[in-house]
Amino acid sequence: MSAEHVEARPGAYADSVTLMRVSAEVREADGVQAALIAMATELNLGLLPEMGFRLPPDAGPNHLLVAVRARDDTALASALAVAETALSARRLPAGAGASLATPPRTTAAAVRAGGGGLALISVPGRYAFAEAMDALEAGCDVMIFSDNVPVEQEIMLKDFAAHRGLIVMGPDCGTAIVGGVGLGFSHTLAAGPVGIVAASGTGAQQVLCLLDHAGAGVSAALGVGGRDLSAAIGGRSSRAALAALDADPGTELIVLVSKPPAAEVAAELRDFAAGLATPVLFALIGPGEPDLTAATETAIAALGLPVPAWPQWPGEVPAAPHAGFLRGLFAGGTLCDEAMVIASDRLGPIRSNIPLRPGLSLAAREPVLGTTGAGHAMIDFGDDELTMGRAHPMIDQSLRLERLAAEAADPAVSVVLLDVVLGHGAHPDPAAELGPAIAAARATGGVAVVVSLIGAASDPQGLHRQAAALQAAGADVFASNAAAARFACEKIEGAR
Amino acid sequence: MSELLRREPHIISSGLSLLAEAAREQAASVTQVDWAPPMAGTEDVLVPVLSDPRRLAANALAVERMLAVRAHLVDVAPAGATLGLQPGEFLHAGPPVSWDRAAGPLRGALMGAAVFEGLAGSPEAAAELAGRGAFALAPCHSLSAVGPMAGVISPSMWLFVLEDPATGQRTYCSLNEGLGKVLRYGAFSADVLERLGWMSGVLGPLLAAAVRRHGPVDVTAILAQMVQMGDEGHNRNRSGTLMLLRDLLPSMVESGIASGDIARAAAFIGGNDHFFLNLSMPACKLALDAARDIPAATMVVAMARNGTDFGIQVSGTGDEWFTAPALTPQGLFLGGYGPGDASPDIGDSAITETAGLGGFAMAAAPAIGALVGGTAADALATTRRMYEITLAEHPLYRVPALEFRGTPAGIDVTLVARTGILPQINTGMAGKVAGTGQVGAGLVTPPAAVFPAALRSLARSLPPRRPDEAAVSYS
Repeated sequence: MSAEHVEARPGAYADSVTLMRVSAEVREADGVQAALIAMATELNLGLLPEMGFRLPPDAGPNHLLVAVRARDDTALASALAVAETALSARRLPAGAGASLATPPRTTAAAVRAGGGGLALISVPGRYAFAEAMDALEAGCDVMIFSDNVPVEQEIMLKDFAAHRGLIVMGPDCGTAIVGGVGLGFSHTLAAGPVGIVAASGTGAQQVLCLLDHAGAGVSAALGVGGRDLSAAIGGRSSRAALAALDADPGTELIVLVSKPPAAEVAAELRDFAAGLATPVLFALIGPGEPDLTAATETAIAALGLPVPAWPQWPGEVPAAPHAGFLRGLFAGGTLCDEAMVIASDRLGPIRSNIPLRPGLSLAAREPVLGTTGAGHAMIDFGDDELTMGRAHPMIDQSLRLERLAAEAADPAVSVVLLDVVLGHGAHPDPAAELGPAIAAARATGGVAVVVSLIGAASDPQGLHRQAAALQAAGADVFASNAAAARFACEKIEGAR
Repeated sequence: MSELLRREPHIISSGLSLLAEAAREQAASVTQVDWAPPMAGTEDVLVPVLSDPRRLAANALAVERMLAVRAHLVDVAPAGATLGLQPGEFLHAGPPVSWDRAAGPLRGALMGAAVFEGLAGSPEAAAELAGRGAFALAPCHSLSAVGPMAGVISPSMWLFVLEDPATGQRTYCSLNEGLGKVLRYGAFSADVLERLGWMSGVLGPLLAAAVRRHGPVDVTAILAQMVQMGDEGHNRNRSGTLMLLRDLLPSMVESGIASGDIARAAAFIGGNDHFFLNLSMPACKLALDAARDIPAATMVVAMARNGTDFGIQVSGTGDEWFTAPALTPQGLFLGGYGPGDASPDIGDSAITETAGLGGFAMAAAPAIGALVGGTAADALATTRRMYEITLAEHPLYRVPALEFRGTPAGIDVTLVARTGILPQINTGMAGKVAGTGQVGAGLVTPPAAVFPAALRSLARSLPPRRPDEAAVSYS
């Protein structure tokens, strides 16, 4: 007879990443059958019945859910003790000495105490506006890592920032490098002449990592948010970022990376860039545009450096898949876009939750439920709709691992294309989870697995160690996402 | 243009601690904000209120006006003549309340005041009259007045009259009766009424003569000094009381009034550490009244309790009260009284916290912290915490233990909602049964619900925006 504890604790808050760590720790405790320690959001409350727990009354998003089922009362008590210890361990480290000062509770308070700078905001999207406005009022530039921020709030923030002579990077800005410090999902690169403006986190990461492979350094990488080149936002932050880099004496060449932009915004930005003293290269994903690798090669040549052969690590056991469809399972939206542009040119229409054109869309819940019968399909697991209430797939790979197993079991699927993004902020060892899953996928379904591995030499995960583990699992691994997409297409074409 | 690429990067991170750790590992200077979601139900109203382009300038103006006020004691006079209060009319602390809903201490004070005014032969008879609706009740705040605890003011009671010399604005407060069995704590026994009689017959006229002879007494200057002498202007007014006596005593002696009366008055004032509270309160109200009625300002201009409800008023929403059931203070009890004897929070004295004194100046008066078993370090922490929810640091009220930093002043409704930090209030505790008097002293906060309510009203007060008008002009 198992023992169970379900509680909705008011006034306790911790971020989702911390709570996932706590949940994991509790699940590993002796005798624990199920555990969920999470904020009582609608999504997490929905998980409770699925896990066989009863719903606590009056639970809301400001409550901390503690739900544990264990073998018996003794195991339950010790599991709850583990939860308490893990939760209290999250408290912020004390400052220097035994200071009486408590940590600031708002960005403005932090600025009063420690001076201004760059506010890095990663609170849940519905709360991001208040923190960002606070930071701008306190004279800070702002990077909003959070997604799910409404577009009208983005416009208000960017207009207020322009009025104050500040930059809003984001929302949904995953990557930046400022003053040599990589923020969000990022990399440590040598200082150098290339400045990057990116309406795409993983797009910027691809360009950064290729520059790193080529031995070129960067002055700064300023994310502007994935929607900045949309018609609604109209490139508000891109202009501010281009102007800042143009005025930076360390920047000799600017590369502007974006997901597929609104045509009129792209045209306006090209006009704006033409008026700057610093040359600007555009890497805008879309048909007829150079892919990220090609754009980076142009930048490297413009700097007078040799363009290297991009690294690749062929799978240890060559795959010979049966005829079938291509499935892309991406953590990076821009990498997904780029792969779709390349693959649709060669294989025909690709369906997706972020389709290149409207007629190809998969219904919102479909990526979670399955893409069987979709033909060629690619899913962006980093899309807002799939990250609501959970960590980004570059941190939490569980949804993608489930999909990989399901796709491999689908006899219609022939090749699975994945991206693996390393660097600061990403999963500490993605290949440790993906390797066995790839090996299992290859064994069960006979599918080929192709991986684009986005990493820089100094990444904490170890670029070559990750490559070797994925290679050993049977994946064909490429440093260039475009090269990986082309290789996947060749596999599909070869299996016909 | 942004200075982002020109300045040494200092990161202020709110949200995922993982991102702050990653920046720290690259040797970046990082401050992590201890962020938590805002008060439940405020996330959607925070956005329109925070994006109101008038807000920053409105709050800056509210702060500027509050800090510019100087409170001078210019007169002492009866409430009937001063406020036009008629027999049968009573002022009380807090937001509006009817006799039916009035708490024990307020009922007790009204019963005692009715007997004092000769409207009833006994407290019981007064209660019966009140129950029949024979008396008119109004908040002190509605007539520019404040009253501690029950805050009952009747026509025969004498009032301190404070004035800002720059504007001529005035505020009023009753004279303090001392501690223990007193009307403002709901007591109405014969000795309570006898003391009130002496205050109206002797003390009031004597103080009036002294103030007129002395000229205006700078109450703001005394407040600034007392904060550096261990007082916080709410629950501890010892040095302020003695400074007032120092200023007025020569004029009292010269007034020509009988020396025996002067001696009794001097002993009464000097023996009542809370005498200056009734000057601290109207001085704070005078400062906050100057910050009223500024459209879009999110600063709290009054916090007041009547023993049943706790209410706040906000600059941008006029005279609207935002109320919720008052909490019961935690603290130390007199004699044999215990937690079960205490009435819910009561009094206009939270005007001191609203202006940056009282609980907000706790670091200046660590002795107060002992009321809840707190240490001097706790007192410092309390004041530090209040900076999180305030718009300004008071340039006159400087705390020695915080390197003479100004006290946190000007509570911002949006900051309270965002941080969930509630204003800290130091207070006395009245017995919940009418007639009991004081049972203790301690600490309390407003009920959280008043702040989301104020925020919703601020959101409603925004000028309508056209649906197609996504952007706003900040020029």
